[in-house]
Parts: sequence; C-alpha cells; structure tokens
Amino acid sequence: MAAISRLFLLLLMSTAPLFSSGSRNGFTINGRVKIPQVGFGPKGFALPGRMSNVKVILNGGQNVTFVRPDGYFSFHNIPSGTHLIEVAAMGYFFSPVRVDFSARNPGKVQAALTENRRGLSELVLEPLREEHYYEVREPFSIMSLLKSPMGLMLGFMLVVAFFMPKLVESMDAEEMRRVQEEMRGQGVPSLSGMSPGGARN
Amino acid sequence: MAIRSFLLFLLCFYSSLSPVLSLYEDQVGLMDWHQQYIGKVKQAVFSTQKTGRRRVIVSTEENVIASLDLRHGEIFWRHLFGSNDAIDGIDIGLGKYVITLSSGGSILRSWNLPDGQMVWESFLQGPKHSKSFLLVPTNMKIEKDNAIVVFSNGGLHAVSCIDGEVLWKKDFEAESFEVQKVINPPGSDLIYVVGFAASSQFEMYQINARNGELLKHESATFSSGFLREVSLVSSDTIVALDSTGSILLTISFQNGEISFQQTPISNLYEEFSGPAVIIPSSVPGIFAIKTNAVTIFIRVIGEGKLEVVEKTNHEIAVSDALPISEGQQAFALIQNAGSEIHLAVKLAHDWDTNLLKESIKMDQQRGLVHKVFINNYIRTDRSHGFRVLIVMEDHSLLLLQQGLIVWSREDGLASIIDVTTSELPLERDGVSVAKVEHSLFEWLKGHMLKLKGTLMLASPEDVAAIQSMRLKSSEKSKMTRDHNGFRKLLIVLTRARKLFALHTGDGRIVWSHLLRSLHKSEACLSPIGLNLYQWQVPHHHAMDENPSVLVISRCGPSSDAPGVLSFVDTYTGKELSSVSLSHDVAQVIPLPYTDSTEQRLHLLIDSDKHAHLYPKTSEALNIFKHEFSNIYWYSVEGHNGIIKGHVLKCKCTGDMAKDFCFDTRELWSVVFPSDSEKIIATVTRKLNEVVHTQAKVIADQDVMYKYISKNLLFVATVAPKGSGEVGSVTPEESWLAAYLIDTVTGRILHRVTHHGAQGPVHAVFSENWVVYHYFNLRAHRYEMSVIEIYDQSRADNKDVWKLVLGKHNLTSPISLFSRPEVITKSQSYFFTHSVKAIAVTSTAKGITSKQLLIGTIGDQVLALDKRFLDPRRSVNPTQAEKEEGMIPLTDSLPIIPQSYVTHALRVECLRGILTVPAKLESTTLVFAHGVDLFFTQLAPSRTYDSLTEDFNYALLLITIVALVAAIFVTWRLSERKELQDKWR
Repeated sequence: MAAISRLFLLLLMSTAPLFSSGSRNGFTINGRVKIPQVGFGPKGFALPGRMSNVKVILNGGQNVTFVRPDGYFSFHNIPSGTHLIEVAAMGYFFSPVRVDFSARNPGKVQAALTENRRGLSELVLEPLREEHYYEVREPFSIMSLLKSPMGLMLGFMLVVAFFMPKLVESMDAEEMRRVQEEMRGQGVPSLSGMSPGGARN
Repeated sequence: MAIRSFLLFLLCFYSSLSPVLSLYEDQVGLMDWHQQYIGKVKQAVFSTQKTGRRRVIVSTEENVIASLDLRHGEIFWRHLFGSNDAIDGIDIGLGKYVITLSSGGSILRSWNLPDGQMVWESFLQGPKHSKSFLLVPTNMKIEKDNAIVVFSNGGLHAVSCIDGEVLWKKDFEAESFEVQKVINPPGSDLIYVVGFAASSQFEMYQINARNGELLKHESATFSSGFLREVSLVSSDTIVALDSTGSILLTISFQNGEISFQQTPISNLYEEFSGPAVIIPSSVPGIFAIKTNAVTIFIRVIGEGKLEVVEKTNHEIAVSDALPISEGQQAFALIQNAGSEIHLAVKLAHDWDTNLLKESIKMDQQRGLVHKVFINNYIRTDRSHGFRVLIVMEDHSLLLLQQGLIVWSREDGLASIIDVTTSELPLERDGVSVAKVEHSLFEWLKGHMLKLKGTLMLASPEDVAAIQSMRLKSSEKSKMTRDHNGFRKLLIVLTRARKLFALHTGDGRIVWSHLLRSLHKSEACLSPIGLNLYQWQVPHHHAMDENPSVLVISRCGPSSDAPGVLSFVDTYTGKELSSVSLSHDVAQVIPLPYTDSTEQRLHLLIDSDKHAHLYPKTSEALNIFKHEFSNIYWYSVEGHNGIIKGHVLKCKCTGDMAKDFCFDTRELWSVVFPSDSEKIIATVTRKLNEVVHTQAKVIADQDVMYKYISKNLLFVATVAPKGSGEVGSVTPEESWLAAYLIDTVTGRILHRVTHHGAQGPVHAVFSENWVVYHYFNLRAHRYEMSVIEIYDQSRADNKDVWKLVLGKHNLTSPISLFSRPEVITKSQSYFFTHSVKAIAVTSTAKGITSKQLLIGTIGDQVLALDKRFLDPRRSVNPTQAEKEEGMIPLTDSLPIIPQSYVTHALRVECLRGILTVPAKLESTTLVFAHGVDLFFTQLAPSRTYDSLTEDFNYALLLITIVALVAAIFVTWRLSERKELQDKWR
C-alpha cells in the first residue's frame, strides 16, 4: 500500500500538481506555490532565496509545511472533509484555498479560492497581488516645499508685501485719498504705524 | 490676515493627511525594534566544512531549526515548524544538507545548509508510534547514494540523502517491542536495533544496511526487568539498570550473542541508597549514574567490569563524544560550582588527563548549565582547540572558547508567559552647561543635515549620517521618564522563570533576574511561573518608593499545587521578598484599592473557594473591610460549561481561621447545556481602560449612550462537535453562540447565534463593543463580528431644555441591580486570514479613535480602524453619515499592506499583543511577542498633539528668519516711499 501511494505520489509530482493520493491513514495534499519571477516586480526587490521563506498552513495552524525550490509542497495524513490552505509569504497576498475531500467517493477533490470563489482545476497557488509595506517617498520638488505650511506663509507674505502696494497704486488718487481718510477715521493702524519707524514719523 | 493665514495653514495641513497610517522605508527602526530568538536549544550540530563561514545548526523546544554564525551567534536562517511538529533529531548530511526528523518521526526534511531552502520532504509511515532515531552515517553507500537511517513509528527506513526517496523499509511488528538504541558501528554495513520487549526481555536485531535484510534476531530474558533508560558505552555494549534501580547491567551483543553482566551499585559505591538513574550519554567506555544528589562516573574496563572514576556533588552536564583523531574521542564535562563553572575536556579512554581545564565566571542569573555541545578546531600549531556551546537554565545559549564567553543569546525571551510595564525613574535635576552647549550644537548640526536631506543636497555620506543619527537618538534610550511617556520598562516573565526588563526605546535588557524563590528545592520541586501583576505603582504620594511587580507561580504542573508569590523591584531587578503559600492559586483579582504606600490590594482565590487578601497588613484589611460588600467576581469552569458569580461571605471558619482569609458564597450561575454548547472563549474589558465619554453623537445630531460597565463578560460557545479543527464538521451540525453576561448579577444581556460557524474564537472587548473572529463554514471563510451595546434608559436625554432644567437622569447612580434597558447593534464581515491574537489600542484619556490590532497567521500585526467594524455601516450611507466619516458597507474587511504595523517584519509564532497608553493622548505603545519580539508606537489618529520625528525645525527657523528679514526690507521700502511722497 505504501509503495503504491509512493508511486502515485511520484507520478503526480512528475506531471501536474494534483490534489491527493489516498492511503491507509488519510489523504495527501500536493500542490504548488507559484510566485512570479524576478523582473515582474515593479522595483525588482525580490530576493533570490525567497522561496525559503514561504510557509503553507493548513486549517489555521493545524499543519505547517514548507515549499521545495520549485514551489511544490505536500501535506500528509489529512482526513477527508473540507480544509483551508493559507500561504504566508512576505510581500504577497494569497487568497486562502478551500479544499474538499469527499469521503463517499474517494479521489473526488475540489478546490476554490475563498476570496473570489474561483475554482481551481489544479492546486497551483498564485498571489492575488503584491503587498508593499512602505509608503513611497515623493521625490523632492520645489512645489512640495511651497505647498508646505511654511512655504504658503512665505508666499502669502510676499503677495501682501509686493502686490498689495501695486494694487493700491493702480487705484486712482481720488479714491485713494478717500480710503486713507476713512482708515484714519476708523483708527486702523497701518503697517508703518505699527513699526517703530512709523511712530517716529 | 492672521486668521486667514491660520485657516489657510489648517486647510493645507488637513489636505496633507492621508487616510491610512503608514511608514516610509527610511523610518524603519525609528520608533520600533524587532528581536529574533530561537528558544531553548535541544540539539546542536556543528558544520564541519573547511571553507565558508563556520556555523552551528540548532533545534529548539520552540520547534525552531536555525543556522547560527559560530563567530557572533547571529541567525543565518531559521524555520519555525508547526506547533505539533516537534523536532526529534537533526544532523548534517553530505556536508551540505541539514536533515530534520519531526512530528514523532513522521516527517523527514532536508534543508540546504547555506540558505535554508528546503530541498525535499519525506513522509515516513509505520505500524505504530515509537521512539524515533535519526542516523546519518558518513560513508554508507547504497547504489551510489548516501543513505540516512531513520527509526520511527516502529519501522526502520533507509532514505536517500539526495532526493528523500525511501530506499528500503523494515517494519518491527512485534507488539511490545520498545526500541532503545539504533547503532551503526563505524565502517560496517550492519545496523543493530536494540530494545526491550515486554518488561524483562532484551531484544537485538542485526540488519544489513544495504538492503534492510534481517540477518539475526536474538533475545534474552532478565528476570527482574529493566528501567527504560540505557547508555551506550561501545558499539556493541550498553548499560542499563534493573527495575529496582540498584543493579547495573552491562549487556553485550558482540557477534549477535547477548550476554549479561550484573553489578550491584553498592559494590561500587558504599553509601549507595535509593534508586539510581542513568544519565543518557554516548561517550565510549564511560557512563554516569545519579543517585540522590551524587553523580557517579563509571568506567567500563573490558568484559563488563566496572570501576568508579569520579564522584561529585555538583550538578553536571556531559556532552556527546567527538572524534578528534584516529581512534580518539573527546568529550566535555561541565560542573556547576557556585558562581563559576568548571569545564573539562577529556579523552574518552583516559579519564585522568584533561585536554583542557578551565574555570569560567558565570552570571548567577543564568542558573545551572543544562546542556553541553562540543566542537574542535585545529590551532596554528596543529594542536586541538575546543569550543563548547552551553545551554543554561534560563534557556540562554553561550559559546565558550579559551576560557571566555565569546557570545551569548538570551533565548529565554522566545517563551514569554506574561508581560507588564513599569515606569522609569524620574529625571534628576542638575545638568551641566557644557553638556547643554554641546547638545545644542549637535542638535543644530543634526537639523542642518536634515535640511540638506530634504533639499536633496546631501551626499551619500550625509544620508548615512542622517540615518544613523535618527536611529541612535540618545533621547529614546535614556533611563529616565520622559514627558510623553514613550520610555517605559517592559517587565517580561519567561517560561524559564526568569524576569527581564526591556527598555521600550531600543529593546535592550536593563536587568534580568532568575527567580530564586522558584529554584528547585525540596518544598517546591518543579515550579512554574504563571502571571505578573503590578504590585506597587507609586505616583501621588510615596514617590520615593520604587515600583514593584508581583510574580505568581505554582509548585508543579497540577492546578492544586501550592502557590509562591515573589515581589520584584522594577528599577533594580532585586527580589524584595517571596512568600510560599499554604494554599493554591486558582484566580487572582487585583482590587481597585491601594494602601498608603500605593501597594495594590490583591485577592487570591484558591480551589476551595476561599479568598485570601494580600498584602497581609492591618491597613489593607481596614480598606478591604470598608469595601467588603462591593466585591464581586466570577469564575469560568470550561470543562463542565458553568460560569459562576461569587461574593464574599465572612471570615474563614474552621482550622483555616486567619485574619486574611475569607469564605465566599456563590451568587449566581449560568449553566450551558453540555450537549449543545461548549465554552471556548471568554473576554472582559481591560481593567485599566479609560473611556472618555459615554455619549456618542451620531449623524442627525442624535445622541446614543454607550452602555459602559466594567462587569461585562463576553462568552463564546460552540457545538461540542464543532470544537475541533476547521472543516471537521458540516455547517448543519455546528453553531456558535455569543453572550454578553453581567458578572455581578449573572444576567444575560444579549445572545446571538451564528449558524454554521465554528471556532477558534478570538475576541477583544473595549468600551461598549466586542469584536470576535470565527470561522464561517457555509462561506468557508473567516468572519469578524462586532456587537455594540447601548444604554436605552438614558436615550431620552436629548431635549436640551431637560438638560438645562436639570430634569435629566445623567447624574443618577448606575446600579447593576436595576434591570438595564439596553439595545445592541451588530454586524458581520468577512476577513481573509486566520488570526492568532487580537488586541485594541488604548490611549491615556480614551479620546483618540481606536484601532484593532490583528495578529494574522503570517505572524504580522495588522492595524484595522474600528470604523470598519461599525454596526451602523450601510451600503448607501446618507449625506449626514458620510460627513460623520462612515464607511460604506462592504462584505469583507480591507487588508491594506501599508497598515501592517510590523511592516516587512514577522513576529514568528505570534502569541500575544500588549497595548499600553503613552502619556501623550494620541499615542499608544504596542508590544507583540512570540518567538520574536516587536515593539512600536502607534498613533491611530495621527500625532495630532505633537510634531512628528521628522518635523523640520531648520525649515521653520529659516522661514522665521526670512519673515523677519522681509519685514525689515518692506519697512525700509515703505519708509523710503513715504519720504519720496513727502518730497513730492
């Protein structure tokens, strides 16, 4: 029996990563984790030995296994029923996979991604997306400096200091005098009145 | 103008806020630290490669296999096996593969030595469970293939070292056969499997290593039976003890003939009394037995004759034998003698001469040496040098070479039982002027560098300087209290019964203390640390007292073993006192009362339901008597599904009559039907949690009042069938019920059933809400639910006039005896990952919004805003709700990679997450522990009350200078203009 199951297993390994081989004590789940090769990543920060940090977890920690360099993994001695496989790999988001072993008709296996309910014909797990844990720092630009609170303050001040007088100048003299009288009447202190030099005048 | 610019300022400030909390890559290590550990080493194998970096492969009790740098003790690579995948044996095959045998001998894996990539995995099946052995013979070839010999599950397997294929297999079907040793004499093609059958039969199998053929099977009976432990003294002789533990048996099986030699121990050692045990070792010609406190080394001199070579009263540790040259084997022997350890390296056949004899001063806080592993190297003058790796009582790992400790690893921190925090001492006044000037200069220089960095003017060296300056900011690792409350001590209790104080700034160990009172003694044989409590937290008065923690432990694994209390000063790590209790400790209740020295009153409940008050002072007793009738507590009996409420009755009666002992009375009990419900999780609110306001203003200017009670208990029960692993039941026969129970009256305030749901349940309770995580069998996904509970009796206090006229009931006392009118709201969402732990952020005043901290199966900690778990979320929120910040309802909770607080790190084997408020309201401190430790600061609503680390002071200064300059320039200009006007 053991020899047969080994043969079975080997056969599976050599062809496609299928699901199971029945044996005396339970099923064996065989599968494969496929991570896109280096170069697909936007920044190419992927490390060569990263397959070594991939863990495959059955039923929330009941069994934990690791993947071979080619991405294959297997769980042994699994009872029939419904199981959940999760892949923990830094930098990638994997959907958990639901795997059903039918007890009534052995050999009938179904698998589906639980995130999007997509069925799998063979147990090849691929990441749904890459995960970037850091914010990307915006490169320095003069605009970002101007947009900062200090930049805005400076800009506002410059506007007041250099363009306001221009605006005032462009008003005609008659109106100007009227406005100045009005201001004097209200007693609003002007800039020159506020500064020590203004007081001296 | 001022107002306008301020508004503008605010506007642009808010526009710069992004919705997610996140980190830039160059901010790693600023606020957080991460430490990697492996746990107590079980087995170590040295890599004997001539080239490349020297390393040692270790397996540990935390199911870790790791490759360590022999020079510095750093981790090259490491893998953590599953919790039921304990490592039985490790070895190195062909000099480039690490072979591990785990799961009770069922799984054999091979790892690439340089990078830790798994090469192959084999599953070994056999007829029954048995001890397992891993043998990697150096030169056993089967069809040009190096073979690994594994005995496991009652069968002997030969496995190819290259691809893990089973080359042959031999089952030992005999029912009672218990294997003791598997021996492959060097240079031979034979494998001997020896062991005991029944109680008094010795069995020996001789097997051809090339094809697994059984060559010989012999058995012999010894009438008085055997103790199970044996020691191998040569490739064809083992030593065992008879069942009384007083006669040594030398069993020789040379050429397949079994012969016994009996030697009573009293012949060798006159003072012998009581049974002896064999210390398992495999040094040729020598073995050791232990009787009472004496260890005796015995030499085998041919033909089964025995001779005592040494007796010692010290605790000893012996390494395995190490072949150093042709026919010579060396081993290391370590004796613990007070503050020193004596290391001796001897040749196996020559006891009297030492190759090496050293005495090394050892830190008392490390305890005794538990294990020794020896390795040799060739010195430049071609003599042998030795290095030994030792494992101490506190689980630390040390490398000794030439009488010095080369490196040490504090691997006790991999098995944390409990954590609490303590404040640091206040800063002393009087700082020298020179220091201030120096630091001011440094400060300016630092900020100039930072400015350069911002303006992209910095050279690569400057960038490196900026980064190191930010990381090594001396501010954060000071040993004094800071204004913001970021600097604290984390007090950690480990499984080795050692206390550590870690500084939150950089994670360094401030002090460590092995609990003396828990040392193995006659009274307390196998003490176990249980819990940590804050005993004394001086603040208002008693400022000159040092804070202290209470460590509760137990003498032995059974729950009715007597308890031990130890009090430890958190500034110095000194043990102030310890008390051995006459009763056991079933439950500890820290009471919300303190005495005049700020010692917190604690009530210890024993298994006979007596309550004992600590500290045992009359002052404490007076305070306690005052509050006697106000103390309620509950107990959960998980095995029979009962939750009981208790109250104090009177002083102890009978022979237990003492001042500080009280009888208790059962007040109420909730019995769950055992055929349909089984308690799997109970959660209450944290005792020290602060809630800022009871009122919650919702969208249409309406107010809801949170039902805030410290006496709420969340209980989750599942159908007994569904308490197993995920997927072991069908949705029809599994359900999960969630209860909210008032622990004073025993009233069930809320009950909800989730059909087709299953555990494990992880829950967190805060303010007026509880969030729990479970498995939905119908959707076959994990789910998280939230229950919020609101007080209806105050809901009609909406009328402003009533409030003005004082006709409200807001100030009326809340009593749990009146029936509370509550309403609950709940909602469920899908969540992708399995969860290992859930916690919630806590802040000083409770104003800042909350985040859930979810420890996922990938050992990361995800921060999820509580707003995502708001039961009022709807698919189409109204305009008012949108303004309130309500998120439209989605069926699953989002996982935003930038909101992982552990960013690109893993906290391997995550077990717990602790959150502690800082003094600054916006910030909370987070400590996650497992095999690794991780600490960080979090600001769930951003740091609205302080400037961030990377705030650019230099830019601010420059702006101010520019503004002042501009004022003067414009003043000059206006003056000149006025003058011109006057001339006109």
